[in-house]
Amino acid sequence: MSYLLCEAGGTALDIVVENLKKSFHVAEREPGTWGAVKGLVRRRVRVVNALDGISFALAPGELVGYIGPNGAGKSTTVKVLSGILVPDSGRCEALGCVPWRDRISYVAQIGVVFGQRTQLWWDLPVAESLDLLRDIYRVPADAYARSRAELVEMLQLAGLLTVPVRQLSLGQRMRCDLAAALIHAPRLLFLDEPTIGLDAVSKLAVRDFVRRLNRERGVTVILTTHDMDDIEALCSRVILISDGKILSDGSLDSLRREVTRERRLTLDLEDPEAEISDPDAELIERDHGRVRLSFDPERVSPAELIGRITAQCAVRDLFVENPPIEEIVARLYGRTAK
Amino acid sequence: MEYRASSLLLVSASFTATAVEFVAIWALFQRFGNLRGWTLPEVALFYGLVSCSFSAAQLTCSGFDDFSRMVREGLFDRLLLRPRSAAFQVACGEFPLIRTGRLVQGLAILLWSLWALHMRWTAGRIALLILIEMGGACIFAGLFIIQATMSFWTVETLEIMNTVTYGGTEVAQYPMTIFRPGFRLFFTFVIPLACVNVIPAGLLFGRAHAGVGTSPWCAAAPLAGPLFLLIALRLWRLGVRHYASTGS
Amino acid sequence: MNPYVSLFAARFRALLQYRLAAVAGFGTQLFWGFLRVMIFTAFYRSTTKPPPISLPDMVSYLWLTQAFFALSLNYVDPDVRAMMRNGTVAYEMVRPLDLYSVWLSTALAARIAPTVLRAVPMLLVAWLLLGLRLPPGAGCALATAAGIACAFLLTAALSVVVTASLFHTVSGEGLARFMPVVVYIFSGILVPLPLLPGWMQSILDVLPFRGIADIPYRLYLGTVPASDVPLLLAHQLAWTIALVLLGKLMLRRSTRRLVVQGG
Repeated sequence: MSYLLCEAGGTALDIVVENLKKSFHVAEREPGTWGAVKGLVRRRVRVVNALDGISFALAPGELVGYIGPNGAGKSTTVKVLSGILVPDSGRCEALGCVPWRDRISYVAQIGVVFGQRTQLWWDLPVAESLDLLRDIYRVPADAYARSRAELVEMLQLAGLLTVPVRQLSLGQRMRCDLAAALIHAPRLLFLDEPTIGLDAVSKLAVRDFVRRLNRERGVTVILTTHDMDDIEALCSRVILISDGKILSDGSLDSLRREVTRERRLTLDLEDPEAEISDPDAELIERDHGRVRLSFDPERVSPAELIGRITAQCAVRDLFVENPPIEEIVARLYGRTAK
Repeated sequence: MEYRASSLLLVSASFTATAVEFVAIWALFQRFGNLRGWTLPEVALFYGLVSCSFSAAQLTCSGFDDFSRMVREGLFDRLLLRPRSAAFQVACGEFPLIRTGRLVQGLAILLWSLWALHMRWTAGRIALLILIEMGGACIFAGLFIIQATMSFWTVETLEIMNTVTYGGTEVAQYPMTIFRPGFRLFFTFVIPLACVNVIPAGLLFGRAHAGVGTSPWCAAAPLAGPLFLLIALRLWRLGVRHYASTGS
Repeated sequence: MNPYVSLFAARFRALLQYRLAAVAGFGTQLFWGFLRVMIFTAFYRSTTKPPPISLPDMVSYLWLTQAFFALSLNYVDPDVRAMMRNGTVAYEMVRPLDLYSVWLSTALAARIAPTVLRAVPMLLVAWLLLGLRLPPGAGCALATAAGIACAFLLTAALSVVVTASLFHTVSGEGLARFMPVVVYIFSGILVPLPLLPGWMQSILDVLPFRGIADIPYRLYLGTVPASDVPLLLAHQLAWTIALVLLGKLMLRRSTRRLVVQGG
């Protein structure tokens, strides 16, 4: 018997977050012995506004990227939405429940993967962890058998089932964590930094899996990540959070068009003193032979720019990249401040 | 500040944990009055001496305790490259505060026993007492070193050695005349704890006791301690040479 | 299968793997058992006054304490402690489970598995070679089984209380460090309670700790009159219930703070 679903006026949305606020009180102490003594008498408390009035809504079947710099409030949001953190104020409903209030019945319907910490049991073989989860989430035997077979096939876990979790590599563990989060076929999936620390092959496997999950099964996914490549591969919608505030909520294309038109070209020159210049590229920084240029790919294609530069002087190595997320955020922030 | 409170906690916890054994001895003396003719202050002296010598060895040679970990993590190589003797360096590696708890309770019980014994203290007796104490410390130091030496050959520190070391303290807390002959033999000739326990006891307490003589030769018995330590160090040196040559 | 039973079974199976530690532990327990038998025998022979427990019964008692030693260990769940240090305890609540019941079933498994591994061979060897006597009669054996089962529950409930107290760092550490010693003395493992001075016995008869060793071993020896057996079992159960309630209260308070303060 599955858990009772909590009703709340039959909403068509999977997640509704309205003006959510959460602040933490961090005890601070000045460094040194005198600071320690002062700390005994009066505790200085710094208030950190992890969430400063955020609002968004998710429809069923969406695959949303939740991005932002470190400490922006991404993990805090996921914790609130998973029911393990109580916000100070604001409205929050997911699958018709208030997550922290109806914790046990709510949590039975969601899947969560935390990149930093596994939900599996360290000293048990993967298969035993999955069996345990079947009992914890009260999944009927036939549904479990089907679910497990599919997940094992999709994530290629066949060889890993008898291995204790502590012996798995990070990439293998992440795939097993994904299976663990989905064994009870939840409608809603939170992925908190799932590709952090993974090698390239594992990242691709994870992205592939999440994409199939969303497209073929209609699982609603919130993906928090640092990695813009994850976003580009998976998400049509991106929510950008910084300093507890939502700076942007829309399609990835619009975000890109707004801010990330710029690309960066980094070169290692053979001759550290060589002069290079180009009308369509702007010099960002130079450190002897290492040159970083900024250019607009709609004005000049990367290939063309590279051709022009290499014609000017010998280049040992080069790569093209997007500007870091911090810069995008900074620009967006600067824009909204105006 | 929190750190200070938690260190105090650790020390008092280890004090209590080690003093517990004496609580047992005290309680049993309340019930039985004597232990095969030995009185409570006498047994307390044995107890105090062992506790102190074990603590002394533990505090100075604590580095050897973690030695197997060092070998596994390859930290020992760094020590070999430095000019000082390897043993000295390993010994000075750590000074665990937590173990002072045992020393404090050992001293307390030792001092109480000396007061309760009401003995006439001659220079000879005092010298013998110090000799016994140092001999005991040497034996335990030797045991720690042997335990560490075994890490050169096996990856795991053998549980057996732990049993022998801590078991040794338990054994030497009591007058060894109460144990079976086989036990006594082992702890006289293999690990010479009897040499810092019963053998000089007759001279120390100034009275003959069942199974314990008062011949003046007994005063030399504690010297078995330093002898044991020398053997242990020799084994250690063998181990170091073996380690360096295999480049494990 | 009930999720908590399933958790218990999984942890139990996992802990049964630690056979090597059990074998090493066997040697140690044997040594200590020998030692204590010699010491107690020496004390017994030091006086002609009749003691409250006969020497053969005492020998059985001593071997029982060695066999069931695992019951008196592990007051802090090492996984939970690691989680508290990392600040990841909150993540445990992402599962649809009651945290107290999870901790209790884990604590039970952490006790029963090593005891099964160590007690069975030790009891066998002690019975065949070392002077352990069998319980006199089926009634005794039954009472002992009940006593041991209650002892498991009691120590598990106690261990959850100690683990839960770790949420309050300094005082929790204190409790965690002193508990093994407290249990060691007050439960009758260090010295059987009947051998302790009268005034100590009066206090310890009321406290929960005797339910860990003194009560089950006395039931084993058959020195308890039949009318007292239900009283002793009730003592264990009453304290178990009290500790369970205390643990639940502590955990509820702490988790409420946790979900509000984060971390």
